[in-house]
Amino acid sequence: MGLVLLIIIWLITLISAYFFIAKTWWLPVGASAAAAGIDHYFTVTFILMGIVFVAAQGILGFFAWRYRDRGSSSVAHYSHGNNRLEIAWTVLTFILFVGLNLMSSSIWASERFRPAQAGAVQVEVTGMQFQWYFRYPGPDGKFGATKPELIDPSGGGEGAVGLDATDPAAKDDLVTGTMYLPVGREAEVILRAHDVIHSFFVPAMRFKQDAVPGLAIHMHFTPISTGDYELACAELCGLGHYKMHGILKVVSQQEFEAWLAARETEKQ
Amino acid sequence: MATGEFAAHEAHAHAAPQGFIRKWVFSLDHKVIGLQYYFLALTAVFVGMFLSLLMRIHLIWPSVSLPLFGEIKPEAYLSLLTMHGTIMVFFVLTTAPQGGFGNYFLPIQIGAADMAFPVINMLSFWVTFLAYIVMLSAFFVTGGAPLHGWTGYPPLSALPSAGPGEGLGADLWVISIALFCIGALMSALNFITTTLDMRARGMSLMRMPLTCWAWFITAIFFVPLVTVNGQLAGHKGGSPLLWQHLFWFFGHPEVYIAILPAMGLCSQLVSVFSRKPIFGYKAMVYAMLSIGIMGFMVWGHHMFMSGMSPYSGFAFSVMTMAIGVPSAIKTFNWLGTLWGGKIRLSSPMLFAIGFVSLFVSGGISGPFLAQPVLDIPLHDTYFVTGHFHLIMGVASIFAATYYWFPKMFGRLMNESLARWHFWFSLVGTYAIFMPMHYLGMAGHPRRYSQLTEVGFLHNLLPLQKFITYVAFITIAGQFIFLFNLFWSMKFGKKASDNPWEATTLEWTTATPPPHDNFAGRTPVIHHGPYEYSVPGEPRDYVMQTDPLTVAVR
Amino acid sequence: MTILTSAANSSHDGLQQLEMRLRRARLGLGVGVLGIVMVFVSFTSAYIVRQGLPTLDPRTNTLVRDWFPLPLPALLFFNTGLLLISSVTMELARRQVARFTTPTRAASIPNVFAGREGTILWLALTAVLGLSFLKGQWTVWREMQASGFYVASSPTSSFVYLLTGTHGVHLLGGIFALLAAGATVLFRRRAESRVVVLDVTAWYWHFMTLLWVYILCLLEFAR
Repeated sequence: MGLVLLIIIWLITLISAYFFIAKTWWLPVGASAAAAGIDHYFTVTFILMGIVFVAAQGILGFFAWRYRDRGSSSVAHYSHGNNRLEIAWTVLTFILFVGLNLMSSSIWASERFRPAQAGAVQVEVTGMQFQWYFRYPGPDGKFGATKPELIDPSGGGEGAVGLDATDPAAKDDLVTGTMYLPVGREAEVILRAHDVIHSFFVPAMRFKQDAVPGLAIHMHFTPISTGDYELACAELCGLGHYKMHGILKVVSQQEFEAWLAARETEKQ
Repeated sequence: MATGEFAAHEAHAHAAPQGFIRKWVFSLDHKVIGLQYYFLALTAVFVGMFLSLLMRIHLIWPSVSLPLFGEIKPEAYLSLLTMHGTIMVFFVLTTAPQGGFGNYFLPIQIGAADMAFPVINMLSFWVTFLAYIVMLSAFFVTGGAPLHGWTGYPPLSALPSAGPGEGLGADLWVISIALFCIGALMSALNFITTTLDMRARGMSLMRMPLTCWAWFITAIFFVPLVTVNGQLAGHKGGSPLLWQHLFWFFGHPEVYIAILPAMGLCSQLVSVFSRKPIFGYKAMVYAMLSIGIMGFMVWGHHMFMSGMSPYSGFAFSVMTMAIGVPSAIKTFNWLGTLWGGKIRLSSPMLFAIGFVSLFVSGGISGPFLAQPVLDIPLHDTYFVTGHFHLIMGVASIFAATYYWFPKMFGRLMNESLARWHFWFSLVGTYAIFMPMHYLGMAGHPRRYSQLTEVGFLHNLLPLQKFITYVAFITIAGQFIFLFNLFWSMKFGKKASDNPWEATTLEWTTATPPPHDNFAGRTPVIHHGPYEYSVPGEPRDYVMQTDPLTVAVR
Repeated sequence: MTILTSAANSSHDGLQQLEMRLRRARLGLGVGVLGIVMVFVSFTSAYIVRQGLPTLDPRTNTLVRDWFPLPLPALLFFNTGLLLISSVTMELARRQVARFTTPTRAASIPNVFAGREGTILWLALTAVLGLSFLKGQWTVWREMQASGFYVASSPTSSFVYLLTGTHGVHLLGGIFALLAAGATVLFRRRAESRVVVLDVTAWYWHFMTLLWVYILCLLEFAR
């Protein structure tokens, strides 16, 4: 029985570890400036925790077999513990865990403790059951005012965010259902939600942030590869949560400006 | 047969009851109440498993029409997951180890004749039962059960218009939780008073079995927890982030202290079945205390992505990593107990070892989620779901059942069936929840009723299918347990008073224990609870009541 | 504290039993009280945090503080006086039962009714004062509504209703406990039961008074 237990525990451990190491199902390729740092840190944690995982399970399985009751020949070793050992592994665990934490804090700080740089592309991302809307401030660089009482999804993008047409700054605001960003430039996203909490999740950008009604949350990331990246909602928002997705298209600066211009002309 | 010392004892406050109602329905006997809680949890776990099965079916076959149910619509899926989570957390995880086994065995293990307040004990069960009925009734009212997840974040949970079930269903859900909290508070009152005031002579706090410590610490932390949780349930409104803070301030300790009885039990079993004292008894006590206390300081780790200040995020993350330390200490101590032991792999021990394995696996994924930076890709994905299901400690409830069954019912459960149950459960649990980590890393968000719409989920469908198939098999395996449980009550091999040759007080008394637990005699304690394989002793175990012969600690 | 004067013929066993039951009952009450304290600790922290939390004003698109202090009606202070007096009457009831009851191992002597009427009187007075307090609180709520402050009118008013309402609900529970205590005094034969029930009820009541004073101070001074 002990041998079977050892084998099964070791098999489970090895099979699990295999799929982690082989990266059969893994994070998508990183496409933002922050991704490299996050992925590197992920790998460090993964290796350290992986070693602990394999070691702990290995020892567990081994002990279950090695110290099995073999009849009168085996005698248990009477002991209430070992204080020195206790202190040793407590300190080591503490160093490992808190050390890992401190290592990651610099990345967290660079992502979250500083605001977006001046000159970042501004996009306001609004989550609403069950659609994402993206608003660009237009040539004047200012977002027009919005009013909750003007929200009307049937009135197209502008209606959906409740754009106040009387505000002069609102005239050149663009609202689209697809997000466009220029590659290599920092993007400032301002997250809002109209009805319930949503979460703006772009896996390839290693970006996730809740959009909360009543708050306008400023975040930033920098896409570094062109391409189409799917985004999804990552906070339960109701019946359509599973289909609240969109596309982020990262294009060159020229294409981005051309797209913006084309959208502006469409508005006139 | 008990050979230890027993003192003369004052008449038990209430004589043994007559009549079916007094004896089995409104019983004041903690043993009956413990069984009532246990069977409540048993029905709840099968309800919860059934709900999860429906969820699994819908995920991989969204448009299939089931007999009797018809098609599972998206709103139904969300109701299923809300109720699955709520029922499992409240009526299984919190009820079975604490209300069930705690009620039955705490008084006996400390040498008391009953709990401090038997009437309150009886009421606590019936209030919990009422809470359960109210919760289940949400399925049957207009609109059905709520669909906001067990976490109930507003505004989704506050808007009746958010979906069917958010009207009356959500109200019933809230009322049920408030009732549950009242029942839990009454129960905690009993546990604390009993542990502090009713220990037999010689049973110092540091000679209590670790199970008693676990029940005691859990009860202590339940007091601030459930009173505020219950109040919270009654007061909705305010900013969404405020709700999250308040909910997780109490929701997080809730699940941490739900694991404490499981850990106490694991310590007990690992010691008994290794024939060795637990490695580092004091460290185990302090570790449980630390987990309880620190559990109140980590709630923000559910909110890294919520819009909370990133500085707070950093603070919570440090605390969360710190709480990993006492958990790790406990694991090392379990391994240390196994080392050099004389391990008997009976069914309770199989499940105890299974618990350690699952706890390690679930614990290892914790440090990933505890770092805000790594939480960015992993928050609200299946990685979290895999993490908490592995770490939950259900194996411990099975272990406790196989262990204490002979004391409660006078017969042993069938060992062969138990082994089948064990392999189904261990392998099945890993096969279901380990792949969820892969899904999470690939970006699969939680609470999606189907994978059909989002492009990057399409190639994860095969893995989801695998999980569903394994879930079917694993749940089927649980019926082996159910059959074994009821069959053995009548036909199991008769058990002696101490079939496992354990040292704690419940094994000194008759099987099942008499109404006042010790037949009019109070035990007098001379030893700690883990005196196994003491050199110089004739047997490889020394009961806590055995007279002092060889000098032991 | 000594609450018993042992008469010449009280048995040592009975006294021990009573002490044990008192200790246990007080311990149990202590745990419950701790729970209620935690509720108000969380309310306090929510109250303080909420004072500083800005919300998004959709018209100006800026974050503004929306907290402003509420003037407290004078009736609240009068109600406080009522509650304080009720604690005195409650304590009188508690001490009376302890004084006139000698613990005996057998059932209490049926003809010795001395002191029970007095205790009932004090209990009744406490209940009346408690109910008056609650009626007074209700009147305060009506006054607030008349001035336009409903539960959801502003964050401040929400908290005033929350704090006073939660306290009121628990006090109502205390009044039910008073009724049960009264019934115990009248009908329970075992002397120790009367002492224990009155003791627990009294301490709960005093806690309610103290809690109210705390709430009043919080609302008055932590604006």
